[in-house]
Amino acid sequence: MAKHVNIERRRQAIYGWLLLSPAMILLTAFAFYPSLATLWTSVFSRGTRRRPSEFVGTENYTDLFADPTFWKVVTNNLVYAGATIPLSIAIALGMALWANSKIPARSFVRTAYFTPTVLPMIAAANLWLFFYTPGLGVLDQIGSLLGLPSVNWLGQPETALWAVIIVTIWKEAGFFMIFYLAALQTIPEDLKEAADIEGASRWTYTRRIVLPLLMPTTLFIMVNALINSVKLIDHLFILTKGGPNDASKLILYYIWEMAFAFFDAPQAAAMTIMILVVLGVVAGIKFTILDKRTHYQ
Amino acid sequence: MSGLSRHIESFGALLLAVIWISPLVFAFWAAFHTTSDAVNFNLAAPWTLDNFRTAWGGAPWLRYFLNTFLLVTVILIGQFFVTTLAGFAFAQVRFPGRDIVFILVLMQLFILPEVLIVENYVMVSRLGMFDTILGVGMPYMASAFGIFLMRQAFKGVPIELHEAARVEGCGWFGILWRVYVPLARPTYLAYALVSVSTHWNNFLWPLIVTNSPDTRPLTVGLSIFGAPENGVDISVISAATIMSVAPLLVAFLVFQRQFVQAFLRAGIK
Amino acid sequence: MNTFSKIGLSTALATMIAAPVAAETELTMYYPIAVGGALTEVVDGIVAKFEEANPDIKVNAIYSGNYDDTRVRALSALASGEPAQLAVMFSIDAYDLIEQDTIVAFEDIEGVDTAWLDSFYPALMANGRIEGKTWGIPFQRSTIVAYYNKDMFREAGLDPEAAPASWEELVSMGKALTKGDTYGLMIPSTGYPYWMFQALAIQNGKELMSGDGLETYFDDPAVVETLEFWKSLSTEHGIMPTGTVEWGTLRQAFLEGQTAMMWHSTGNLTAVKNGAAFDFGVAELPANVRPGSPTGGGNFYVFKDTTDEERAAALKLIEFMTAPAQAAEWSIATGYMGVSPAAYETEALKAYTAEFPPALVARNQLENAVAEFSTFETARVRDGLNNAIQAALTDAKSPADALAEAQAAAERLLKDYR
Repeated sequence: MAKHVNIERRRQAIYGWLLLSPAMILLTAFAFYPSLATLWTSVFSRGTRRRPSEFVGTENYTDLFADPTFWKVVTNNLVYAGATIPLSIAIALGMALWANSKIPARSFVRTAYFTPTVLPMIAAANLWLFFYTPGLGVLDQIGSLLGLPSVNWLGQPETALWAVIIVTIWKEAGFFMIFYLAALQTIPEDLKEAADIEGASRWTYTRRIVLPLLMPTTLFIMVNALINSVKLIDHLFILTKGGPNDASKLILYYIWEMAFAFFDAPQAAAMTIMILVVLGVVAGIKFTILDKRTHYQ
Repeated sequence: MSGLSRHIESFGALLLAVIWISPLVFAFWAAFHTTSDAVNFNLAAPWTLDNFRTAWGGAPWLRYFLNTFLLVTVILIGQFFVTTLAGFAFAQVRFPGRDIVFILVLMQLFILPEVLIVENYVMVSRLGMFDTILGVGMPYMASAFGIFLMRQAFKGVPIELHEAARVEGCGWFGILWRVYVPLARPTYLAYALVSVSTHWNNFLWPLIVTNSPDTRPLTVGLSIFGAPENGVDISVISAATIMSVAPLLVAFLVFQRQFVQAFLRAGIK
Repeated sequence: MNTFSKIGLSTALATMIAAPVAAETELTMYYPIAVGGALTEVVDGIVAKFEEANPDIKVNAIYSGNYDDTRVRALSALASGEPAQLAVMFSIDAYDLIEQDTIVAFEDIEGVDTAWLDSFYPALMANGRIEGKTWGIPFQRSTIVAYYNKDMFREAGLDPEAAPASWEELVSMGKALTKGDTYGLMIPSTGYPYWMFQALAIQNGKELMSGDGLETYFDDPAVVETLEFWKSLSTEHGIMPTGTVEWGTLRQAFLEGQTAMMWHSTGNLTAVKNGAAFDFGVAELPANVRPGSPTGGGNFYVFKDTTDEERAAALKLIEFMTAPAQAAEWSIATGYMGVSPAAYETEALKAYTAEFPPALVARNQLENAVAEFSTFETARVRDGLNNAIQAALTDAKSPADALAEAQAAAERLLKDYR
């Protein structure tokens, strides 16, 4: 009997690993190995005609920390995340509450909110370019109707990053709205009826019942939004290319520029490692602290 | 519940909806009018297809469409294959180290292919897949999100069906194919919609890996069309943009319910 | 004859038959388009003519976006082992391409004719001649020119045939032209601000870099003075918008009458001609200490990782595409300059320039043209300069401070190469 169990266990193990092998091969090739290779690259110097590549330890990292552009980019990304995450979540929540309530043209409203999600970021950037063009663009034209002066939204350091942030929020909020809608639909009707009987106002009901119940969704969306704040840089290629004067440059864009425009793979690798560390910390927080509150099967 | 606050809310919701849809509306407006009319908002100006003609002639859009279509298809097939096998393994097969490996897989949610662009680019080149559709698709096939979804879906299959199929003499793959896959069809559909819209719109990785119009997808094509040296023509760019988002947009508008349900379902998990 | 001999013989026969077909050389060429749209057809047309005349050479001309895109594409292709034999890339990428050991000097290609190398305008060869050899052949080259709205000139009481010839005239005429929503002048400061700045600097008598790519002079007093002048156009004289002026939409702004004068590449000429609803003129840039403009645009480069046949074929293609007849065709279609004096002697260009004199302005300016800004690590050094310009124009830093920072950064980058 024990022998049967052992053979069965061995068969299961073989089958298990066999089934997993395509996934593991791909993950190793495109996630795990490249991470290690990036670490390796980041401790060597850049090879050029005059000086071939050599081991330099942490020199790339110290160079990076001494580079004012790097700190500007990090600050930009923090501002970017700090603005897009709460704002898009708040707007998404509002959208979901509205799309879930009895308002006229609800279908149109929901479609309007969700449409930006199906567009590629590049297309979204093109659309907003028309808005931001100084003088001729929509925002300036509306502004001139109201007597306001023309603003070079993308051409001024003060407004460039915010212009980019707005495009991101426009694109993201509808996507997050869907998660909230899903969660809202799982809230049982009787809770609402109970609140009505108690005489609670809609605002109280929303604040003290709905929002807490939506907390797991909110946390889920926050993690998503955080990842997107690192990943979503497509619009920079069209709108500002990181300018003016690095005012809207984000870290992934800087990595791309470092590797493909400046041909400095080791510095790009060093920055990549730092992002991975940050993402790893976020992952750690998600899987330990946050997941204790939600339960998975 | 005061009627006034309800009205204000409806008004607010509608206003936001109008604002939200306006970039698309303005692009639509610009695409069908000459640049001069567009920026001057001559409402009575004639509609024209010239911008579309110029845009169409300016790049091999048909080729780009084909490439994008091939790309999302290849990725989807690869994902179905990989995630089905892996999801099944995690759901129903007991083997040593399963939980550790599952954690590793979940880590991939955070090790984004976009962040690793430089090394992945080297890897793809080394494998000889630079400037191929397969090369663009491979890093995405082992989707941790997909594996997770499939695992959830397969876990929900009643064990009796599994046992019944086993009694009938099916091997592992038989059981997988006959019992689990059909039952997980809604999940597959949902996942397909999410995957297709994600990869139809993907930009950075294809930008790096594709080098020629033979493999270039729509997003990359649109970006190089829109970034010429000597200046942009808002109407032509709008026409090109509208042209390239039209298929997915139309599909979305027609199949709205399914799209939303798909994202909903993916989200609940 | 046994089986093996039969197989051997048929294989030999097959190879002999296949051999002439295999002798066809295939060239992959990456090129940028400077103006979006139908110009890919012009390139495809020229390439088709070449293939007709040379049936043993097949050319894949791949449009790859703007100059930065094309450089990235071409180098990506090389780095990943994909074949690419030649590309049209920024004339100023030469130092970096040499440093990365990716291109071959034309003198080192067998069969090259030094007389041919000398047949181009010297000013256009300046960026391509490094360390005594020629690394790039001009193809789509330009200078900055001043476009101006003649109708607005007349309205302001100025002579529509006399564009500003000095900085003083630029300011005074600009003031006369600035009224209401219309500005007198727009010089773009996004996109390629260093290019515009170089023009102003040379007009003030100072080059921004040394000829060997090792030194920059950003903090030279004449250069600081130049940036202060640029800034004063908006802050003090009010003839230009404050902040940065957007490169991409400037042409449209000019066509919409938002500015009376604009400085832009001559590569925009055909587009402006086709889109202007008013009488417009093109003039050389004004002088201060001396007149001048940097050249701009793209050169042909041949990659190092190529066989001798490929190099010979690439040379033929380049010779064809820069030959006077083709250069004339390209110039008329785009507004870029004919790259050799012989191009301007062709019937086509003679007729075109007789009927449309603005097409000659860029060429005439070549007399006073200088090489475009280029050093080792050119992308990063240039980035520092671009940032300094934008910082000064947006009032984030004073011109002196901004340029001092850019110079310090450039020093740090270049010291390894000296």
